[in-house]
Amino acid sequence: MSARRLLFGGLLVGCLALALLFLCLPILAMFVDVPPGDLVSSLGEPDALDALWLSLRTSLAALAIIIVVGTPAAYFLGTRSFRGHSLVTTLIELPLVLPPAVAGIALLAALGPKGLLGGTLEDAGIALVLQTAGVVVALTFVAAPFYMRQAQEAFAAVDRAQLEAARTLGSSEATAFARVAIPAAGQGLTAGLALAWGRALGEFGATLMFAGSFPGITETVPLAIFSRFALDFTSALALSAVLVVVSAALLLSVKLLGRSPLLGGPG
Amino acid sequence: MRGGALEIRVGDRLREFELELDARVEPGECTALVGPSGAGKTTVLRLVAGLRDPPRGRIAVGERVLCDTDAGICLEPEERRCGFLFQDHALFGHLSAWRNVAFGIGAPRSERRGRALALLGRFGIEGLADARPAELSGGERQRVALARALATAPDVLLLDEPLSALDARTRAHATRELAAALRDAAVPSLLVTHDFEEAAVLAAEICVMDRGRVVQRGSAAELSASPASGFVADFAGAAVLAGEAHPEPGGSTRVALEGGGEVHSSDSERGPVAVSVYPWEVALEPADEPAHGSARNRLGAEVVSVTQVGTRVRVGLATPQPLAAEVTAESVAGLGLRPGVRVRAVWKATATRLAPAAGPAQPAPGSSPSPGGAER
Repeated sequence: MSARRLLFGGLLVGCLALALLFLCLPILAMFVDVPPGDLVSSLGEPDALDALWLSLRTSLAALAIIIVVGTPAAYFLGTRSFRGHSLVTTLIELPLVLPPAVAGIALLAALGPKGLLGGTLEDAGIALVLQTAGVVVALTFVAAPFYMRQAQEAFAAVDRAQLEAARTLGSSEATAFARVAIPAAGQGLTAGLALAWGRALGEFGATLMFAGSFPGITETVPLAIFSRFALDFTSALALSAVLVVVSAALLLSVKLLGRSPLLGGPG
Repeated sequence: MRGGALEIRVGDRLREFELELDARVEPGECTALVGPSGAGKTTVLRLVAGLRDPPRGRIAVGERVLCDTDAGICLEPEERRCGFLFQDHALFGHLSAWRNVAFGIGAPRSERRGRALALLGRFGIEGLADARPAELSGGERQRVALARALATAPDVLLLDEPLSALDARTRAHATRELAAALRDAAVPSLLVTHDFEEAAVLAAEICVMDRGRVVQRGSAAELSASPASGFVADFAGAAVLAGEAHPEPGGSTRVALEGGGEVHSSDSERGPVAVSVYPWEVALEPADEPAHGSARNRLGAEVVSVTQVGTRVRVGLATPQPLAAEVTAESVAGLGLRPGVRVRAVWKATATRLAPAAGPAQPAPGSSPSPGGAER
């Protein structure tokens, strides 16, 4: 009995150690391979900074769109039941399972010059393909489902009686949403935000196919890494290491924000 | 003038039956809605608060119409000025106690905290103003919820089993506190409860609901004196036995009990009945002694449990149907009462109330009589 338990406990710990090793070794290796000096000097190159700055701007713009439109939409899905609810939820989650290349093709088919809405966009004077705005569209497309899925779950878990209590205390539906639902779902929302941001920062395929790879305009950090990869492995490695550090810092700060009392975290 | 009596006349289609309620509650009075689970009690509160739209009816507080389906009026919940106490309190977990209370207070920032603290102080918990709901005990949470509902100075108070989340010891105190708060608020209030004591202390009128309809209404004393059904008797604390009534010459009734034995009642009834008797009207005597005294009902019984309740002792009996007696500690010692001992339960025909057994309000045979509770 106790020997069997020991065996099972050992199995669990062993699997965890294996998973940790496999997932962290490549990341660790990157930092071992790059001398700290190279890391700093590669940051000094102008196009590395350009790519970093572009990644930050486009991912933040995508995030803003996702929050403003995705939060109310997820609230609706999380708190209302209607016919076709699971169909709509599935459609929203569909981009999660699309290979990035397919996402790029799909965006071109819809918003490209010869796409479904291409003419409409052209008439309106909006150019997306090969433009920075196109990067934002691609990032939004692939990252939004990550946020919306988490947000929908978080809103569904909010105690309905709390929302009703807010109504009886004089809040309109919109006020109850802002003052009760969002803070109560705060941790789930920030977790979704962290996932979406991580996904947007790492986006490669859809951006490359839809927006192309032009330094300073559409060349985000992952694209810059890829274009350096063929020429100079060390430089690609250095930029990769920078992306890891920046992503980790952003994710950590979002997580910390989720724990803050402002958003309903535990103290 | 704001406020006034709460008038409700609503009809609603629930899953399995129609809800019909016609009620009027005066300012400063409380009406309790009791009944089996799923009888539509909470639905009534939700209709008044506007958390559910009624298919037809009219709800008004004094001159103010909250809802009138004929006139096409239906106010939003936030326009109704109804204070709602939720069963599990529904406090905002992300806000401290005082911010919970201040939530509905429409006043400048500086004033809100002061007013919230004053309300918390009224219930003796101003020291916990900065605590989160998760850090509070059940009784403290209940007080914060009450303070929050009163903070907006509502025209009506709706209480959905406000004390059910509390343990028995806290509950007695909280019931008295709530009674005082309801008196002070001087607005009509509607209370949903499963507890007879609670209804008796808080409400002047008790409406017993079953399957969407009021089956009996009256004061607590009236309900326990003449329960209209087995459910009402059980709710009022009586033990309820099932049997078949046979009228006897002279107006009294003989009831053959399910599982054996028979009792007599001064009530007239025929057919399947619920026989109810209050534990404090049942005396116990040794099973082997010859019968004496004038009480007509004598049932052989086995002691199942012996429980001290305050100064009295509650004795659970199997006749074989469950019965209960309340006796003094001296009789427990004198009769040597303990589980397994055989005794004779004795009570008068006039203390034996009969009600028709028809309807789902009849407690299931074999359910044990519980003090002051019906559906736990």
